[in-house]
Amino acid sequence: METTKQTTELTHLDMGTEPYEELETESLSQWELMWRQFRRHRLAMAGSVVLILFYLVALSAGFVATQDPVQRNAKYAYTPPQLPKFIDAEGKFHMRPFVYGLTQETDPDTWEKVYVVDHTVQHPLKLFVRGTPYKWFGLFQSNVHLFGVEGNAPFFLLGTDALGRDMFSRIIHGAQISLSIGLIGVFISLILGLAIGGLSGLLGGTVDIVIQRLIEFLISIPHIPFWMALSAALPASWSAIKTYFAITVLLSLLSWTEVARVVRGKFLSLRETDFVAASISMGGSNWWVIFKHLIPNFLSYVLVTVSLTIPGMILGETSLSFLGIGLRPPAISWGVLLQQAQNMRTVALRPWLLLPGLFVVIAVLAFNFVGDGLRDAADPYAD
Amino acid sequence: MLSYVLRRTLLMIPTLLLLSVLTFVVIDLPPGDYLTSYITTLEAQGVRVTEERVAALRHRYALDKPLYQRYANWLWRIVRYGDFGQSWKWEKPVKDLLLERLPFTMVISISTLIMTYLLAIPIGIYSAVNQYSWGDYVFTTIGFLGLAVPSFLLALVLMFVFFKYFGLSIGGLFSPQFRDAPWDIARFKDLLSHLWTPIIVVGMGGTAKLIRVMRSTMLDELSKDYVQTARSKGLAEFFVITKHAARVAINPIISVVGWTLPAIVSGEAIVAIVLNLPTTGPLLLDSLLAQDMYLSGSFLFTLSALTIIGTLLSDLLLAWIDPRIRYDASE
Repeated sequence: METTKQTTELTHLDMGTEPYEELETESLSQWELMWRQFRRHRLAMAGSVVLILFYLVALSAGFVATQDPVQRNAKYAYTPPQLPKFIDAEGKFHMRPFVYGLTQETDPDTWEKVYVVDHTVQHPLKLFVRGTPYKWFGLFQSNVHLFGVEGNAPFFLLGTDALGRDMFSRIIHGAQISLSIGLIGVFISLILGLAIGGLSGLLGGTVDIVIQRLIEFLISIPHIPFWMALSAALPASWSAIKTYFAITVLLSLLSWTEVARVVRGKFLSLRETDFVAASISMGGSNWWVIFKHLIPNFLSYVLVTVSLTIPGMILGETSLSFLGIGLRPPAISWGVLLQQAQNMRTVALRPWLLLPGLFVVIAVLAFNFVGDGLRDAADPYAD
Repeated sequence: MLSYVLRRTLLMIPTLLLLSVLTFVVIDLPPGDYLTSYITTLEAQGVRVTEERVAALRHRYALDKPLYQRYANWLWRIVRYGDFGQSWKWEKPVKDLLLERLPFTMVISISTLIMTYLLAIPIGIYSAVNQYSWGDYVFTTIGFLGLAVPSFLLALVLMFVFFKYFGLSIGGLFSPQFRDAPWDIARFKDLLSHLWTPIIVVGMGGTAKLIRVMRSTMLDELSKDYVQTARSKGLAEFFVITKHAARVAINPIISVVGWTLPAIVSGEAIVAIVLNLPTTGPLLLDSLLAQDMYLSGSFLFTLSALTIIGTLLSDLLLAWIDPRIRYDASE
């Protein structure tokens, strides 16, 4: 059943430039069919929107962030989140959201510094305000921010940490590392998986058996302890960039197995199909068959696997950095930010320190939804 | 069946050997070793460390020997004497530390595994039978959250909530007065009252995944003809589900023990660090950072070896329940 469909599909592809068409009625490509199927999955569409938004924000972190993520404001350590308000203390409605000013007072009993909301001062929120300068992609200097308050008034949307650094800006900048580590890692896993899985499926015999045993072995060992061991082996003296790439590589070392399994399985089943046999009998070389027939046919399945591997990598990086053996400050990632939530006494008083975790959860959830939708769309000929 | 058991068991030998090589290499990867940091500490205390002293220490810890010799020696002593080497930092045999920590890891992992299945199977069946019902949506939402919330974060949030709103500290496995007490009924009860937190936290992700698997296979089965037949012959719906559909739908979720168990052991390692449990996780992290190589190596090895053996046991169990598997494998 599937074979005949794929054959028509391939002839359609191969003869696309010919003057005649086999079917006049419907000539959507495989990818168009998949897109159609994918669009029906509402959660997957929502997940895609969230992910696109996240990656756009990560790309333009300097612009979206309201402050410099490494700027310390000793005066404003552990400021609670300042959520924008529409209605002021007197119950008056404002079209433009605003935040109140902050004044620091010392608690007469505990001698602790507390922040008191100063209801007499209102700082309206504005779009495209000028603030701290940053560089866009390291090239264009700018000081325009998506939103913020004018002047030097304190505005910490999601509060500040122990050193008075703005959590919102740090989370936005942390997205750059946390979201890209999954992409780069999955790219390495993809190459490893394609190469090893393809080799296994193509060569068969002893090579296949050895590779299959290796994959079973890698799946059956607990990953986090091994990641911990590998990660602890990275010298602390390494630069942030070097550690970043090392972590990506070691996350992919244990993550390529799923891709390899899918690739091998598809290689084996497609090898038996008529259209591959036909291509070979017409003198198609091995490489021709692989690139022209095999890869286009299983690419969608590989995509599904890949989209479901990314969240595992994001969680891996977050866990390692949280334990203090992944990325280390001054690098900013969501895991690094969560490190300061390790102390319960601190967190109990300052729950906003847990917020980076929320972003991890949203990103992982979105990837899972998209992966789910892709799985449904991977075989548009089913049903 | 016997030949299947034999073949699978024999395959364990090369697997465990490969594992031992892998752990040893991983543990030996970091530049420098325990001595480097040890000597730095000594020098910081003002102790002058001479060349001869360093050489003597290197010899004592066998660090002057090449990697493969240390490996062979380590493995031989484990196999022959059950001796896992000496922890440098704790100045104790690794075996003692293993015996102290590993049982708790195993208790938590195994109870988590059992709880995962006890929860996932009925919930999966319920969700499939009442598809698109209110309860189904609730469980699906919980399921997705369980997939997306990293276990350490869940542990943090739970600790936060209990600390902030109930004034309870939910870390550890024992209350302070029982921590070093000898075993008795009261201590055991105390352990049970602490055990549920790590079990829920560690089991959340796996349970969520299994619910989804169970739900989808159950949905597949419910639409099949034999279920209709069972209903049309007048069988009560309860038995149609439990005796027919669920029986078949259960196989795929039992066969995924292979990845559930490693995930649980992984999760336990990190949750234990957050919740400060007296299990292998915190000590593993500590020994990795201190480059206490025999300790970390032995922990890594035994944790993984037990996971692999656990997977083997569950595979054998599955082959015993479902004959199709052992026939497939023998082809």
